[in-house]
Amino acid sequence: MTPSTIDLPVRAQDRRIAALAAAAVGLAVAEAAIPLPVPGIKPGLANIVTLIVLYRYGWSAAAWVTALRIVASALLLGTFLTPTFVMSLAGGISSLLVLAALVRLSPAWLGPVGLSVLAAMAHMAAQLGLVATWLMPGTGLWGILPVFLGAAWLTGLVNGLVVAHLTARQHSTRKESPS
Amino acid sequence: MPGALRLGDILVLGLGLGLIVILWQQRGDTGDSVIIRSNGDIFLAVDVRLNRLVRVPGPLGETVVEIRQGRVRVQSDPSPRQLCVQQGWIAPGASAICLPNRVSVERGHSGYDSIHY
Repeated sequence: MTPSTIDLPVRAQDRRIAALAAAAVGLAVAEAAIPLPVPGIKPGLANIVTLIVLYRYGWSAAAWVTALRIVASALLLGTFLTPTFVMSLAGGISSLLVLAALVRLSPAWLGPVGLSVLAAMAHMAAQLGLVATWLMPGTGLWGILPVFLGAAWLTGLVNGLVVAHLTARQHSTRKESPS
Repeated sequence: MPGALRLGDILVLGLGLGLIVILWQQRGDTGDSVIIRSNGDIFLAVDVRLNRLVRVPGPLGETVVEIRQGRVRVQSDPSPRQLCVQQGWIAPGASAICLPNRVSVERGHSGYDSIHY
């Protein structure tokens, strides 16, 4: 055996993150095929996966799944390193930061719907901020800001209800308190 | 699904909706404007969305300009032929001139509808 062999042990956690990221990529690619009336508004179904991972495995696993989803779906959709990819990255980072701040709150006080709506609006605000400062500086975005934030509010609500439904079913089958 | 919404969730939803509504109402502040001139000088330049009644003094008396719900007109004027009053609501880009009283009302509009890159 050559001494320079690099051994990369694959832990169970790695396989889990890879599988969950694959689910998120599947949702992201599937929703890219849905025709939508306004560019920039989409359901954001992959965030359902992010939130479930956040509840079950913690923030760092959610961050891994999100990062892998952004890069892998960009490679699949051919938008890697384009402005679309940078927008996606900015939205992902800002929503993860919001989730990092909010996940410390008691789950009895703030549930998945609140987390989902706040993360979606942070996502949208970061993207519009990027458009206003980098992509199209000087254009009046104030007029369309409520439309985009309203879309984020609605998709965040729907995704949050889906997450609440899925995690509630999970907790009723597995009687254990979330750490 | 009962119990899916916690107190914080409802708070977040309410505050988010409130923010959106506030932003929606403030939208379009950079749009149309109204410029009222008296004797050639700008008497008042305001946004057409701010409802108000403006009284402009002139050599014959007072010209009353009404700005309401995004429109503007000369409501009353002491000029003998009432031309600017009969013009009614002023179209965007047009103006009403009450020459005897030396008052003009200009309904301006923003220079661009949209910009494409």
